[in-house]
Amino acid sequence: MLHFTNAKIVDPEKASVTFGSLSMANGAVQEIVAGRADQAPAGATVVDCAGRYLAPGIVDVGVKVCEPGERHKESFGSAGLAAAAGGVTTIVTRPDTEPAIDNPEALEFVIRRAREAAPVHVLPIAALTKARAGREMTEIGFLLDAGAVAFSDGDRVVKNTKVFSRALTYARSLGALVIAHPQDPCLSDGAAATSGKLASLRGLPSVSPMAERMGLDRDIALIEMTGARYHADQITTARALPALERAKRNGLDITAGTSIHHLTLNALDVGDYRTFFKLKPPLRDEQDRLAIAEAIQSGLIDTISSMHTPQDEESKRLPFEAAASGAVALETLLPAAMRLYHANLVDMGTLWRALSLNPAKRLGLDTGRLSPGAPADLVLFDADAPFVMDRAMLRSKSRNTPFDGQRMQGKVLATYVSGQKVFEAS
Amino acid sequence: MTFAHRHLLGIEHLAQHEIETLLNLADEYVMLNRAEAKHSDRLAGLTQVNMFFENSTRTQASFEIAGKRLGADVMNMAMQASSITKGETLIDTAMTLNAMHPDLLVVRHPHSGAVDLLAQKVNCAVLNAGDGRHEHPTQALLDGLTIRRKKGRLHRLSIAICGDIAHSRVARSNIILLGKMENRIRLIGPPTLMPSGIQQFGVEVFDDMTRGLEDVDVVMMLRLQKERMDGGFIPSEREYYHRYGLNAEKLAFAKPDAIVMHPGPMNRGVEIDGTLADDINRSVIQEQVEMGVAVRMAAMDLLARNLLETRGAA
Repeated sequence: MLHFTNAKIVDPEKASVTFGSLSMANGAVQEIVAGRADQAPAGATVVDCAGRYLAPGIVDVGVKVCEPGERHKESFGSAGLAAAAGGVTTIVTRPDTEPAIDNPEALEFVIRRAREAAPVHVLPIAALTKARAGREMTEIGFLLDAGAVAFSDGDRVVKNTKVFSRALTYARSLGALVIAHPQDPCLSDGAAATSGKLASLRGLPSVSPMAERMGLDRDIALIEMTGARYHADQITTARALPALERAKRNGLDITAGTSIHHLTLNALDVGDYRTFFKLKPPLRDEQDRLAIAEAIQSGLIDTISSMHTPQDEESKRLPFEAAASGAVALETLLPAAMRLYHANLVDMGTLWRALSLNPAKRLGLDTGRLSPGAPADLVLFDADAPFVMDRAMLRSKSRNTPFDGQRMQGKVLATYVSGQKVFEAS
Repeated sequence: MTFAHRHLLGIEHLAQHEIETLLNLADEYVMLNRAEAKHSDRLAGLTQVNMFFENSTRTQASFEIAGKRLGADVMNMAMQASSITKGETLIDTAMTLNAMHPDLLVVRHPHSGAVDLLAQKVNCAVLNAGDGRHEHPTQALLDGLTIRRKKGRLHRLSIAICGDIAHSRVARSNIILLGKMENRIRLIGPPTLMPSGIQQFGVEVFDDMTRGLEDVDVVMMLRLQKERMDGGFIPSEREYYHRYGLNAEKLAFAKPDAIVMHPGPMNRGVEIDGTLADDINRSVIQEQVEMGVAVRMAAMDLLARNLLETRGAA
């Protein structure tokens, strides 16, 4: 039995933080007592948290592990270590590998590799259409049976609305969750940046932020038509928010996420063609960033993800237009999220709702909370500890982080998965 | 006289006095170029490599003549035919070339920012001869020199830039340069060919050409790329010519002594009337070509001085 004392315990269910102690045994949280604990249960190992935060481990939806296909960019081993070091206890992997995870055999491979190599929980998302080509739906039933927790074509939009509506209808009959990338595919074709002064000055092909709202509007109409369970992977613009709000108010089964990068960086960060800041969708302007942070605080946007996307140096050291999109973020998710807390944009309890409770609930998982009986997936962290990010220290095989060289606050001290310590800061 | 740069990647990095320094030196080279013996030894012993990843006849020839007149050893590399088709990355190409110790590297590339990227990896001075839709600094400088010689000044002029602004690196560099020199800039073109966020550039935007040309001192026309037609940016060539092609009638709205410029190559009958382009009283298109050589000589001269200075210090 482990007994944590003097901890600021983050309870995302109540969106609150209480000072107290927590004990765990047999892979589950046993008891939480408020206040300064005088005595530990007999035989328990005591961990004095010295006023640091104890929170449920992060449930990160949409992590790219590059197995199969590009194991040199990220393997289940390296992604698992990075996740553990980042306080992420559950990674929900994307199917946009090479080849895509679009059949039960490939899914079984992922589950087996994850079990062998990763110290954290790994739950796979399967492709919604075969080869993510947007033409035929995958074997959604078999894939569910094999362990898929959701279905998605990643950042590829199913252009054909007939195909998409059928996939949504079929998924609904099985109660499967569909995760989509709301973006008008024609308008955003070829874009490397968000339209605006910087994109024009740098001469980069750009997309209007309106493309996101158009994509979301289309998807909302299809959810209304089919009754499907839907999650938008990344909402990044202010203009998409009213549509999302209306859809929720109308009782549609819709949730939305956003990426930590869109919450902490903006379009100007691209500066002189810094390809580590090339993301999909591209970074937005500051007003959008603030509106999205506000939507996290209000609960309109449900989840925050790392959208961890490993890319090797070769695919990033190219002219901006030709460079690959995406950034690694498993290890920087927590300190980057602390920026929102320190800037008073999002309070700690709400932040953890978006990082652990909401994604867990949406996927039907029991984790993501800290109450008696919950799985002992926890992270102990110091919200204030300052450091300068050095990408050479990352555990990911790829080190394409936009935070390299930046001052950050927030350090993971220890991570527990099912009661087992999988990471401890040295 | 100061020009504190290692490379010439864009007008964005230049200060007003640096633009003036460069144009003043270019004026001297105009005289040299008009003399009988058009030769100087400023770049003697230096190697200039022209790397063009995109087709170009005029700019490449201009840089080649500029280098040869200054005594450099000039080599042209047609990059489309060589390494990129073999899958070599831009950086590897740059590193390979760098190992041959060039002193001046003139680069044109179809991707915005590619020349900046390349400049980070080499030890020589890099001149941007056009990167994607980003910048084409020597074109803006030669345009500036032409205007200054024709109008007697390069400030407080009203200058219209007309046509495909969105896809034009010439327009971007000119907007920045003319803005830095404190001119009034008007952009004229169909809204489909205007870049986003244009309101924040400190320019006036017109989609009606005659209104935009009212009382301007300079009319700069841009080339309309044929591929824009397929992209659905404009309905047809003839409608474009009707609304945005420059002819004597539309030019009548500008000041009586307004000059007409074009970076070339021209599409006669698409963006400019052929007779007008040849009108020596209005069109300065030939002068622009002449100024191009002088400006490129000045740019390479200044960069070579800085290069030799840093090498001497090292």
